[in-house]
Amino acid sequence: MMVVVNGEHRQLPEGATLAGLLEEMDVPPSGVAVAVDGAVATRASWAATTLADGATVEVLTAVQGG
Amino acid sequence: MADDPLVIAGKEFGSRLVLGTGGAANMSVLERALLASGTELTTVAIRRMDAGERTGVLELLSRHGIEPLPNTAGCRSAAEAVLTAQLAREALGTSWVKLEVVADEHTLLPDPIELLDAAEQLVDDGFTVLAYTNDDPVLARKLGDAGCAAVMPLGSPIGTGLGIGNPHNIEMIVAEARVPVILDAGIGTASEAALAMELGCDAVLLATAVTRADDPPRMAEAMRLGVAAGRQARLAGRIPKRFWAQASSPAR
Repeated sequence: MMVVVNGEHRQLPEGATLAGLLEEMDVPPSGVAVAVDGAVATRASWAATTLADGATVEVLTAVQGG
Repeated sequence: MADDPLVIAGKEFGSRLVLGTGGAANMSVLERALLASGTELTTVAIRRMDAGERTGVLELLSRHGIEPLPNTAGCRSAAEAVLTAQLAREALGTSWVKLEVVADEHTLLPDPIELLDAAEQLVDDGFTVLAYTNDDPVLARKLGDAGCAAVMPLGSPIGTGLGIGNPHNIEMIVAEARVPVILDAGIGTASEAALAMELGCDAVLLATAVTRADDPPRMAEAMRLGVAAGRQARLAGRIPKRFWAQASSPAR
């Protein structure tokens, strides 16, 4: 199945979890936040969140600004 | 000099200069500028994490005990700003947010309708909202009434360095405010930061004036001194302006 991660298409196995995706992306353990389909996915929910085909995932962090 | 902390939502800061981190050429320059400014509260933006990217700016702030203040820069609607604030809270573990909702890319002026809507939603959701606003006393009052912890009127548009375009509006905002007023955006040089404080603002937020100066650490130091001088002058109470001369030496 296909999901869109930070604007780029990504092929994932059926039943892939958000936690699995983030591990594959080597996301650091703190300082990041994730939205799935436009809603915040709290850290506690990552392991239990199964991604659906066509899901939109945004992985965000703090950068210089303001 | 008496202890004179800036208090926002019950939290005390020794410095009345809030620095933005945007625009610095590199982390080393940013670090030296932050230290020279004496700031204790510094804005960061929330953006997509690129492959291999690490949270360098957060590590830098944490190393020096500077509080990160996430902003919602780039948001054009209340819905976008609320989601960005929620993501910032998740990423940084802070419920403080500098709320920015701008109307377009070339003025970067706040959209007052979306801004007030977002402020109300975020206050309801338990956020400590510092609202970047137009220099409009009525809007500033409404943001305060909505429960914002601070109002942040612009001196002039973001990044222009045009200084404080309407000082009287800033004075009216200060006169009516029941929360701290932080002059945000438009400051170009230290005398303008001092003026903001002389007008009665509680603090100044600036980024570009320091990060894009020829010598950012030196300009950061100038801003620290300008803010401190302006604050002292405000507390000291300036003399009234007179039309005719008044001799300062005895008549005989």
